[in-house]
Amino acid sequence: MREQSILRIVAKLLIPYILLFALYVQFHGDYGPGGGFQAGGIFAAGVILYGLVFGLNAARQVAPPLTMETLAALGVLLYGGTGVVAMLNGGAFLDYSALQGADSHHGAGQAEQAESHPEPGEAAGHEEHHGLLPQGQHLGILIVELGVGLTVAAVMILIFFSFASRERVP
Amino acid sequence: MNEVAVYNMIVALLLVLLLGTAITVARMRDLWAAVMLTGIYSFLGASWMLLLDAPDVAFTEAAVGAGIATFLMLGTLALTSRKAKESSSGALGPLTVVVVTGAALVYGTFDMPRYGDPRAPVHQHVAPEYLNDNVPHVDHGKARVKVGAVKVGQQESTAAPTISLEITESAKASKVDVPNIVTAVLASYRGYDTLGETVVIFTAGIGVLLLLRGRRRSKNREESA
Repeated sequence: MREQSILRIVAKLLIPYILLFALYVQFHGDYGPGGGFQAGGIFAAGVILYGLVFGLNAARQVAPPLTMETLAALGVLLYGGTGVVAMLNGGAFLDYSALQGADSHHGAGQAEQAESHPEPGEAAGHEEHHGLLPQGQHLGILIVELGVGLTVAAVMILIFFSFASRERVP
Repeated sequence: MNEVAVYNMIVALLLVLLLGTAITVARMRDLWAAVMLTGIYSFLGASWMLLLDAPDVAFTEAAVGAGIATFLMLGTLALTSRKAKESSSGALGPLTVVVVTGAALVYGTFDMPRYGDPRAPVHQHVAPEYLNDNVPHVDHGKARVKVGAVKVGQQESTAAPTISLEITESAKASKVDVPNIVTAVLASYRGYDTLGETVVIFTAGIGVLLLLRGRRRSKNREESA
């Protein structure tokens, strides 16, 4: 499709906005419609459009398969890791309230444990509603949604590469 | 013309287009055109989901159904033939199966509550608790919602009855504090489910990679041998 100048120019104009919209859906999913899965799908669709118009090799340079494999695993790790951090802070697995840290409404018992495991959620907890960082539950949801988005986008792009690089069987 | 009539007309138009697309796909011999029409079908489906106040699902359908799935089918088509083979057997048998299954499904919907019915079981179970935990924070900072009716979605502009849920405990501290209840439910209340879904997607990706890559590598090995 390299000779199709209309397709090339329209795709060039559209792709940045598709990727930007994916990021909006990802990080605004707690206020508006959307979330990690949708954002991952939209992001992957943008990269796939790029691959369709500018060729598979160009897409491979933008999103190297090895990086995509790492990101797919990293997303799941981020999700599960959030649950483990919540456990280390004294909560249940995936109980994001435990990310809040010392002055959470979960009681004083967790305060010491939160002190011994410093992580971003703790700072948010201290600042109450005025802080830049969101509260425990909110923070946990943002992180796990990011994990979902990473995995979905990376897996979709990887499947695209696997399908597109197949050669016709005689 | 009032809003409800316009809404119903748009829904009817979309459903007619969906039906027309489906019939065209079934009758088409040219597979390229059929694949493009399934993309259009997904896009019409996404539009309809938007009208049903499900923008999350509409996003997914538009990106995955109309975009990625269409590409995957095109990629598969590039490896096979462009035309469907003429089937030797008649269409009567498959048609009977489809009609009987469709009739059974339609019969099943008679037992379902009406669309948007506030007394539907799904609105009686845990949904009130989720809304109770989250809704008071929707209008950030301003006076927290006291006892009263909370309208869900924009059902009042549709033919369906308005859902009203009594929020019994006012000013109760929000547990999740995320205005989009869908996100709160998926990521927090049902965090285990969503973790499972993410693992499923990851596993599917690994499976595709193993299947498609493994074959290519064994082919190279044969060539070098």
